[in-house]
Amino acid sequence: MTIIDSVLNDFFWRALLGGLGIALVAGPLGCFVVWRRMAYFGDTLAHSALLGIALSFLFSLPLNLGVMIVCIVLALVLVSLSRTRALATDTLLGILAHSALAIGLVVLSFMPHVRVDLTGLLFGDLLAMSRQDLLWIYLGAGIVILLLIKLWDGLLMSTIHEELARVEGVPVEKLRLVLMLMFSLVIAVAMKMVGVLLITALLIIPAATARRLARTPEHMVFLAIAFGCLAVGGGLTLSWYLDTPAGPSVVVTAFLAFLFTYGTTRKAA
Amino acid sequence: MTDPLVRLENVSVRFDGRPAVQHVNLSVHRGDIFTIIGPNGAGKTTLIKALVGLQAVTEGTVERAPGLVIGYVPQQLQIEPTLPLHVGRFMALSGQPEAECRRALERTGIGHLMASEIHHLSGGERQRLLLARALVRRPDLLVLDEPAQGVDINGQAALYNLIRELRDELNCGVIMISHDLHLVMAATDKVICLNQHVCCSGFPADISHDPAFIDTFGHSVAESLAVYHHHHNHSHDLHGDVVSRKAAEPAAHGAHCNHDHH
Repeated sequence: MTIIDSVLNDFFWRALLGGLGIALVAGPLGCFVVWRRMAYFGDTLAHSALLGIALSFLFSLPLNLGVMIVCIVLALVLVSLSRTRALATDTLLGILAHSALAIGLVVLSFMPHVRVDLTGLLFGDLLAMSRQDLLWIYLGAGIVILLLIKLWDGLLMSTIHEELARVEGVPVEKLRLVLMLMFSLVIAVAMKMVGVLLITALLIIPAATARRLARTPEHMVFLAIAFGCLAVGGGLTLSWYLDTPAGPSVVVTAFLAFLFTYGTTRKAA
Repeated sequence: MTDPLVRLENVSVRFDGRPAVQHVNLSVHRGDIFTIIGPNGAGKTTLIKALVGLQAVTEGTVERAPGLVIGYVPQQLQIEPTLPLHVGRFMALSGQPEAECRRALERTGIGHLMASEIHHLSGGERQRLLLARALVRRPDLLVLDEPAQGVDINGQAALYNLIRELRDELNCGVIMISHDLHLVMAATDKVICLNQHVCCSGFPADISHDPAFIDTFGHSVAESLAVYHHHHNHSHDLHGDVVSRKAAEPAAHGAHCNHDHH
């Protein structure tokens, strides 16, 4: 048995590898969530993941695929509804987030033959990560990172000043769509680890912590990745020694790093 | 004359049926400096957004020359406090080499701020940064939405001079919105007075005598502007109303203008 095999056979190491893979993409995407004030938007997508799971069981699709499809559809609905301005965006998000969550729970209750670990879905079950989950995570992370590198300047420019970007010929609408797709992808793969209720925390907290120390957008992204990895490593260790739930432990560690950074440093810029 | 950089033909923009811009015809050529003036809510920003393609038009056509590079200076540069960004990085996002970015910043007088955080810049410095950002792309057409916002009075005159100089250096067309009537009248080539439709347009010296202009801005403004050009070609009765007018070149009126021309 090789070293890699023995590592992958250990549930703790699998959890750690999976968590680090997610932190790798949660860092840059979390920065966009913070920069574009999309925290509540991310939360809404995450809540809809449960509906995705319910529908996956209903149509016997792979879970990740079902979650992604529902997230994408919801993202598109949100974008088009917020354009009509019939309701304030936060009201709209509040309605869709909780309705999607509630519909997901109701649909699941209609399928008594399906046994779902609801706690695991809501709060994550990092330690139950399989080899196949790892494959999904690193495949998803690879796609997201390649897209981010390729589209970075345009994404950044349209985040800084959308109108200026548009006049300069940046395909702002297309990039917004790609960003939504990336969020959906990350939510689909990260759900397993931290659960639908805590995903947004993993996006926002490391990015907010990084803001304190960063001088440039890119610097902030790398710091956010580092804080994300720290949260995953610290959280799993905490969970291992104190037998606490893994997902919440990761979020608590991220929060502690945030408090420590804001308590001990002066604003970089 | 060569083809215009941009041509607006009978352009109207309506929001939920409420007109913002009505039946505007306008062509901007290389070397032109147009200034749009008008009261609040006159549709000035809507008009230039339609011109650069940010605003869809309800009616009419906007034709831009193929391959036209537009340097756009929006009303303000408001960056999220959560986004750390310094001047040099913002300039580099234009895709131009660093030396060019540095030169553009020096040209607008803020070369020393290359490493400064944008959050720490004053209003005037931000306007100069936006102008540098527009100019580093070597635009054919410079479009500015109130470029002198937050700039003190001396700085304003310098800024308008700079815009004129840039027009000569880049051989570009310029169209801008301004509230600084006095400076506009002294520094611009052609003024468009907008109040949803084009009230009147023409050379500054003529337009300040135009009844439509006086209707829009009132006598006191019109008179104080006329002084700038020392063209006392009209007089007033006891109530201050213009009693006669003999402008050499009468200002052109929009086709849909229905002001009372006395």
